[in-house]
Amino acid sequence: MDGSQSAGRMQKMSAHFFLIIVGAFFLSPFLWMLSTSLKANNELFVWPPKWIPDVMHWSNYPDAINYIPFFMYLYNTLAIAGLATLGVLFSCPLVAYSLARVPWKGAKPLFAVTLMVMMMPYQVTMIPIFIAFKNFGWVGTNIPLWLPAFFGAPFFIFLLRQFFMGLPKELEDAARIDGAAELRIYWQIMLPLCKPALLTIALFQFMGSWTDYQGPLIYLSEESQYTLMLGMQAFKSQHGAEWQMMMATLVMITLPIIIIYFLVQKAFIRGITFSGIK
Amino acid sequence: MAAIETSLNEDTSTAIQLRRGKTRFERKISLFGMIFALPWILGLILFNVYPLFMSAYYSFTSYSILEKGSWVGLQNYQTLFKDEVFWISIYNTLYFTFIYVPLSIVFGVSLALLLNMKIRGQGFYRTLFFIPSLVPPVATTIIWMWLLNPQYGLVNYWLGELGISGPAWIGSEAWSKPSLILMSLWGTGQAVVIYLAGLQDIPQDYYDASHVDGANTWQRVRHITLPLLTPVIFFNLIMGTIGALQNFVLPFTLTNGQGTPANSMMFYVMYLYTNGFSYLKMGYASAMAWILFLLVVVLTAVIFLSQKRWVHYQGKE
Repeated sequence: MDGSQSAGRMQKMSAHFFLIIVGAFFLSPFLWMLSTSLKANNELFVWPPKWIPDVMHWSNYPDAINYIPFFMYLYNTLAIAGLATLGVLFSCPLVAYSLARVPWKGAKPLFAVTLMVMMMPYQVTMIPIFIAFKNFGWVGTNIPLWLPAFFGAPFFIFLLRQFFMGLPKELEDAARIDGAAELRIYWQIMLPLCKPALLTIALFQFMGSWTDYQGPLIYLSEESQYTLMLGMQAFKSQHGAEWQMMMATLVMITLPIIIIYFLVQKAFIRGITFSGIK
Repeated sequence: MAAIETSLNEDTSTAIQLRRGKTRFERKISLFGMIFALPWILGLILFNVYPLFMSAYYSFTSYSILEKGSWVGLQNYQTLFKDEVFWISIYNTLYFTFIYVPLSIVFGVSLALLLNMKIRGQGFYRTLFFIPSLVPPVATTIIWMWLLNPQYGLVNYWLGELGISGPAWIGSEAWSKPSLILMSLWGTGQAVVIYLAGLQDIPQDYYDASHVDGANTWQRVRHITLPLLTPVIFFNLIMGTIGALQNFVLPFTLTNGQGTPANSMMFYVMYLYTNGFSYLKMGYASAMAWILFLLVVVLTAVIFLSQKRWVHYQGKE
């Protein structure tokens, strides 16, 4: 635990022992999903359960795609997640920069309010916002699912603000002496420096929208509007017995997130640790 | 949370600079700051302050989506207190919160301690524990429904191998909530990452000094690691509690929104959603939202007040 030399072999052995036990708990649902996604229909209920199917039924994947309007759901999900990500990338760094690096009177109270909003349960505002969107005629469209992102998200503002606070002040002073306008300081000096933090919030937002269930459940009513997560539900209730196709679909909607995560992992972790959340 | 406090203090220095007279430059800066913050100022008004007031107003009306509704005073609140399902949902939610949150902290910290040891395969283990937290909640539900299936599920098969006849899990009143807690623990990997970052922040000097004093591993964990990790535990305790009180997707998708069996899976936000969007009792649901808000505020305040007794900030001792 502390790198001391005396930490004996016994300690390490027992650490491995516990990690393997808990690791099995963490890994087996995942492997079971993969295994089930490759089974034949009649293999699902074999007793004792089989980990490796006799024949790999890769056809479960195209079958699942054809069983539900997979690409339509995928398109809907990507549209929402893409627009929402664009939204937070536009609004949050602007606000965070203003809170962290612009010496104006409103910065401190605005930050205090931001922290309070972070604690407020979503359900308090859920109903009035729904009614307002309803009056605008936007219920049944995807607008309510991405539009608010363009007006800032408190947690991301907090995260980026912490990041901006960590940058040396000399940077902007030097630029100001050189006569750079404020907007240029933000756009050409500060924003490029906080790329890891921007990547972090983009990833958070994208994953959040991709996996969101409650938002689409409330706002989307027609199947042609459904996201993958809502689509999964329809699949479950109608074809409860088609476990193998359901698992194949789950693999297809889970794997992209895991892959994206590992591609940007380094920047992601830098973004979090830098922001002082730790 | 420690980060929040320090950053609030850092703010004062910029504020002081501002006070030294108003030059043209400073007025320009002030306008600039406001313009940059404009999206969020609008966002606060449109998506937070206005809805907050409207929610309070709706909670005193019989608002449904179909009609405007009329002022009913405290009637929604009075009806709520006589509503049996409301109390069941409170009980279920607090049951889940008070068992899941402490368990997730003990589990998360223990895992982080193990993962922080210099052992082979560390990177592999870390990845292993993190992956489930990337799995979408809807997917988590479906995978675990299949695993916990009383007839064909892997879990009861394993228990059978050990000579234990497994329960009906999600289908039984007694086991539905423990099943949910188990599934939720599966996704705690993100907290482990935060604990690990906290562990790596503890200065090596402390351990070296304790080594000279002849402290053993357990004493070091107990008297150095855990106290210095308390700010991180505090952060996760607050976030975990707020999150647990709003538990929705897992029980909702598991039971198709029914909270079955016998309302044992009817959680507070599920009942709120059902009232608002299935029964269209938006006024009633708004009253529920305010009671939830109160509950969150009270529990968060209690945790904040308890802070002095057990949270140690480095350099404050």
